[in-house]
Amino acid sequence: MAAGNRPLSPHLQIYRPQITSVLSISHRFSGVALAFGLFALVAWLAALASGPEAYATAVAVFAAWPVRLLLVALSFAFFFHFANGLRHLWWDSGRGFEISQIYASGRLVIAVAVVLTLGAWAMILLGGAA
Amino acid sequence: MSLRTPLGRALGLGAAGKGTQHWWQQRVTAVALALLGVWFAVCLLGLELADRSAVIGWVAQPLNASLLALLVLTAAWHSQLGTRVIVEDYVKGSIKVPLLMALQFLHAAAAMVGIVAVLQIAIGGR
Repeated sequence: MAAGNRPLSPHLQIYRPQITSVLSISHRFSGVALAFGLFALVAWLAALASGPEAYATAVAVFAAWPVRLLLVALSFAFFFHFANGLRHLWWDSGRGFEISQIYASGRLVIAVAVVLTLGAWAMILLGGAA
Repeated sequence: MSLRTPLGRALGLGAAGKGTQHWWQQRVTAVALALLGVWFAVCLLGLELADRSAVIGWVAQPLNASLLALLVLTAAWHSQLGTRVIVEDYVKGSIKVPLLMALQFLHAAAAMVGIVAVLQIAIGGR
C-alpha cells in the first residue's frame, strides 16, 4: 500500500495543545532562533574587530526598533532555552518525571524566562545602556 | 556460535554506529553554555555597548577574550548538533544532505569568524 493511503493515528491537528507538548516544540523553535543569534553575535564581533565605521554601522542596525524587537524576542528565546535546558538536564538525572512535577517545572520555566527577559530589558532601557 | 563477547558485539552498534556520542556532546556543551551564557549576559548588561573603545577594552582582557572565544566555539558546536537533529527529523528528499552539509559549513564559518575577531582584538590590537 502506498504510504499516502495508510490510515494515520490522530496527530498534531487533533490533540489539544498542552504545556508539555508546547514547551517541547518551543525548545526547538527557540534553539533555531538562537542559531540565528549565534550569527548575530559573530557579526557583532566581526564589526567590532573591523573598525570604528563598521562598529558604528552595527550599533545603528542593532539600535533600530524593528531589530531591537527581534533582540527582545531573541533574549526571550535565550532565557527560555536556558531555563528549559536546565529542566532537560534535571530530567537527564532521572528526576522530575511525575506528571505533576512536569507541569510545575514547565510553569516555572515560563515564569523564569519571562522574569529574566523583563528584568534584562528593564536594566537596558532604564539604565541607559545599549 | 560466535567467540565474541556480548559486549564486543554490542559496542558501536547504536544509532549511526556512534552510540551516545551526539547525545553526550549535546549535554556537555549545554552545561558549558549555561555557565558561559549567564556570564556573557551579565557582562553585556554591564557594558556601554555603543562605546567601541569601552567594548574593545573589555574584549581585550585575557579572561574575557578566552571565555568569549569558548562561548562562540561551544555555541557553534551545540547549535550544529541541534539544528542537525531538526533537519534529520523534518526534512525529506534530495535537499536533506546538501542542507546538512550547508549547516556544517555555516557553523564552522561562524565559529572561525568569531574566534578570529576576538583574537584580532585581544592580540592584534584592533
